[in-house]
This record gives sequence, C-alpha cells and structure tokens, in this order.
Amino acid sequence: MSTALDTLRAERIKLTSVQSPLWCTVIIVALGLGLAAILGSVSRTSVGMDDEMGVFYPTVDTAISGVTGFGVLVLMILAALSVTSEYRFGIIRTTFQATPNRALLLTMKALLIGVFGAVLTFAVALGAFFVAKALAGPDAGRELVLDGGDSWRAIYGTAIYAFLCVVLAVGVGTLLRQSAGTIALLMLWPLLIESLFALFGSVGAKIQPFLPFANANHFLGQEPSVDFHWGPWGSLLYFAVFSVVVFAISIVVVKERDA
Amino acid sequence: MIEVTGLTKKFGSTTAVDDLTFTVRPGIVTGFLGPNGAGKSTTMRMILGLDRPTSGTALIEGKPYRELQRPLQTVGALLDAKWVHPNRSARAHLRWLAASNGLPDSRVDEVLRQVGLTEVAGKKAGGFSLGMSQRLGLAAALLGNPRVLLFDEPVNGLDPEGIVWIRRFMQALAAEGRTVLVSSHLLSEMAQTAEHLIVIGRGRLIADTSVDEFVARSSESDVLVRSPQLDELRAALTERGKTFREEDGALIVSGAGTPEIGELAAARSIVLHELAGRNASLEEAFMKLTGGEVQYHGSGVDDVMKGGL
Repeated sequence: MSTALDTLRAERIKLTSVQSPLWCTVIIVALGLGLAAILGSVSRTSVGMDDEMGVFYPTVDTAISGVTGFGVLVLMILAALSVTSEYRFGIIRTTFQATPNRALLLTMKALLIGVFGAVLTFAVALGAFFVAKALAGPDAGRELVLDGGDSWRAIYGTAIYAFLCVVLAVGVGTLLRQSAGTIALLMLWPLLIESLFALFGSVGAKIQPFLPFANANHFLGQEPSVDFHWGPWGSLLYFAVFSVVVFAISIVVVKERDA
Repeated sequence: MIEVTGLTKKFGSTTAVDDLTFTVRPGIVTGFLGPNGAGKSTTMRMILGLDRPTSGTALIEGKPYRELQRPLQTVGALLDAKWVHPNRSARAHLRWLAASNGLPDSRVDEVLRQVGLTEVAGKKAGGFSLGMSQRLGLAAALLGNPRVLLFDEPVNGLDPEGIVWIRRFMQALAAEGRTVLVSSHLLSEMAQTAEHLIVIGRGRLIADTSVDEFVARSSESDVLVRSPQLDELRAALTERGKTFREEDGALIVSGAGTPEIGELAAARSIVLHELAGRNASLEEAFMKLTGGEVQYHGSGVDDVMKGGL
C-alpha cells in the first residue's frame, strides 16, 4: 500500500514539474468554454433571425461538445505522453528501477491522470453548460436545462468517459512506446477510422454498434445514428471493458518486455 | 553483494551474455571490463531487473531486483546520465525519484550538495553538460543511501578533472563498505580505479581476479635483442630455456629482463647492437586476452592501407 502511495506521489511530481500537462489543461479549458461560448452566441443570433429554418436551440450535449469532442482528445494526448515521453528520453528505465512493479506503476499513472482528467472535464463541462446558457439567453437556451437524468448524464458522463479515455491512452502509449504513432492512432480512431465504417453499407452498419467510441458517444447522449443493441449504460460498460482490456494487455506486455 | 549465477541473455540467435557467473564483494571497487559490445550493459540491466535473463539469476543482497522493497534504498545505479527529462529541473528529477521510494525531500538537498549541484538544482536538466549530467546521475544513485552501487561507463566523455573526481568518489563509496561495480572498456582507467576485475568478452567470463594479478599476468615484459651473431645468441638462449621469436632480424625474448640477456651475451662474447626492454601496454595485454572476443572488428590497419603506410 505504501508503495502505491509513493508511486502516486512520484507520478504527481513528474506531472507538475514539466510544462506540457499545464498547457494541455489550458487547452482543454479553452476548447471547452470557447466552443460553448460560440454555440451560445450563435444560437441567440439565430433566434433573432426571421428564417425559422436557421433557428438553433443547443442541447446540453452540444453545449459541452468542446469537452467531449476535443478536450478529451487533448487529455488522451497528455495521458499517452506521460508514458511515451518516458520512453523517448529513457526515463522509463529509471522509473522501472525505482518501481520494479510495472503493473502497479502503470495503474497509478492511469489512476492519477484519470482522476485528474475526470475532475477537470466535469468542471469544464459544467462551466461550458453555464457559459452556453448565459450567452444563449432564455429564448435560445430553452433546451439548456439540467432537469432529467439524460441531461445530467451528459455532464457527469463526460467525467467517466474522460477517465476511461485516459486508461485507454496509457495502455496504447505503453504498447506502442512512441509518441507520434500513439497520438496518431488515438486521434484518428475516434475522428476518422470509426466513421469510415458508415461507408461500408450493410456490413458497416452491423459493425458500427460494436465500435468503442460510437458506444462512448451513445452513452454521452448524442443522437444515435446507429442501432445499438443496448442502452446508454450498456454502451458505457462496453467502452469501459474495451479500455480496460487494452490497458490489461499493455500491462502483460510491459511486464515481459525488456525496458 | 551482487551474485550472478549462470546469467544468459539471448536476442534471437545472438547470445549477448553467455552463462556468466561472478560475485561482487562489498568494500572494494570492482571493475567490470570488456570491449564495446561485450555485454556489460546488458548484464547490468539484468542485475537491475530491467531486462529479463533468458536463464540464470542475478541477486542483490540475496534477492532478485524485482523483489526488493523500495529498491533505491538497496541499489543505486547510473546507467546513462542522459536519462532525464530535458525540461525538468535537476531538483524535480530527484524529488520524484525520492518520493517513489519513500525518501524525504531533505535527501534531495543532501545528495545535490554531495555532488556539487546545489547552485544549478533549479535549472533544466536538458541544458546540463555531460559532466553535470553525470553528477546528477550520481546524485540519483546515492539518493537512497544504498549499499550496492552500479555505474556503467561513468567516465565516458568526461574531462580529466571529472574523471579524477568520479574515480575518487567511487573509491570513497567502497571504503565506506559499499559494493561498487563499475563498467569500462578502458583497462588503464580500471587499473587506477578498481581493486578487483571481472573481465568479459562476447558475453563470456574471461577473468575474475585482482587488478594487480591481472596486470602482472597479462603485461609480461619482453626483451628485444639485435646481434650480428644471431645463431650463437639463439643457441645460448635455447640452452637457458628461454622462449623467443624472431621479428625482422631481431629476437624477442619473452619472460626475461635486459640484465639477464646482456650478461648472457657478455659471458659468450656475443656482440649486441641493440638490447631493449619492452613492456606490453595494458591495452595490448587486454587485447591479447580478449582478442577473439571483440564483437565488432575493424579491418586491420595493414589490410586497409595495403602497404601504403
């Protein structure tokens, strides 16, 4: 237990003693609040226009899309770099010398950045909601209310999603060991690769409900364009199992691999 | 105390470390000597639990590295001084290391003072010179006040002042009763630093002996003699039971001193044109021992120059 706490402290010092995590945090906040501000003011203007077709009422999940769509990607970069930059500079060997229990080490790394990411994205999501609501005004912001389970789920669901994305990113970073490949994979996968399946006709449509990020978005309350075999919570479970499995594989590999 | 038993590491079909067995005792500096690519670093990485041995074991104070609790308090190691984050300050680098093994921050300041980096502790490690990086690496190794220390080529690329400083440092650590293992590919360096030597070539153990013995055994002196009466000289030497060989018109007598040969020649009235003692350098001796064991041979100078010299 004491080793776990020691490792946690060491990883915390690592994170706060270089600049890049700070910059990543600033970017996550800026993207989350900035996009919400744009959405809010655009929707207010759209209500003022005569053209009924152009009117746009943002919902909770669109208001926080700067966090769920982009902020979490930046968080994944931060998490992946926490492993790959150690490989890049050879520090991973010093780390393994200090903490020979590699499974514990990676778990603490993922836990620390995961919890940090969850708290951060929760706060930014909540902030984004209020920014969008304030700028949209009462008229355009009529859908921006935290009343039912679904709208709240978008907010706290972001935190859960962020945590799982960190676990996934640490796992992928550990498996690939180099920054460029890891970041490319983590960015292209949700943004591009998964959407390609929509082009594959009926086969693609059969596969789509099993794609991890499609499930994550389903959980976050985005209008499903796919027929899922389970509800939002089933989708969360699916994404969680996927992330944890990738992480577990990375631990098995790193324990056997020469540092 | 480090005990290595039957340690073997294979990368595919190449054997980097081949059935190594040796013990490193406390209280003295033990040199780990071998040409580049002999398997020194691989052996050290296996001792530190970084690489998995194909077979065999490496024990530190009786335990495999991965079973040590708070390992930095038992083993300190400096494998590569450049293994630091370039944008992290020296102090922050040591602070996370200290935290990972439950050591107080006060230890960080102590080791910084010990290696003389207190004034640059807040500077980014990426801007450090090699000498400063080595000092930082040394500070990291000393952090847990460990009984066992491993250094991989610690003087590589250092200026003379840095070399002397590190050498004295290692000797002082050993004098405190610690186990110190230092690798190098330079015999002359090891002869000045270490008391005991473990010599390997191509992953195999070549010698496990004290430095004095190794130097005495391997740097046998030769005597070169030139004489117009070579035949008589040959006969005299054979009578004395000396072994010799011929080298462009001269005789090279091994295992003899110049007085002995001079007196022998005088007694037989043999005219000598040259009588010179030749001490094989440590490097030559080392090459003789590890001759077949160098991993990456260059072509001989003569082959390359094709008589152009």
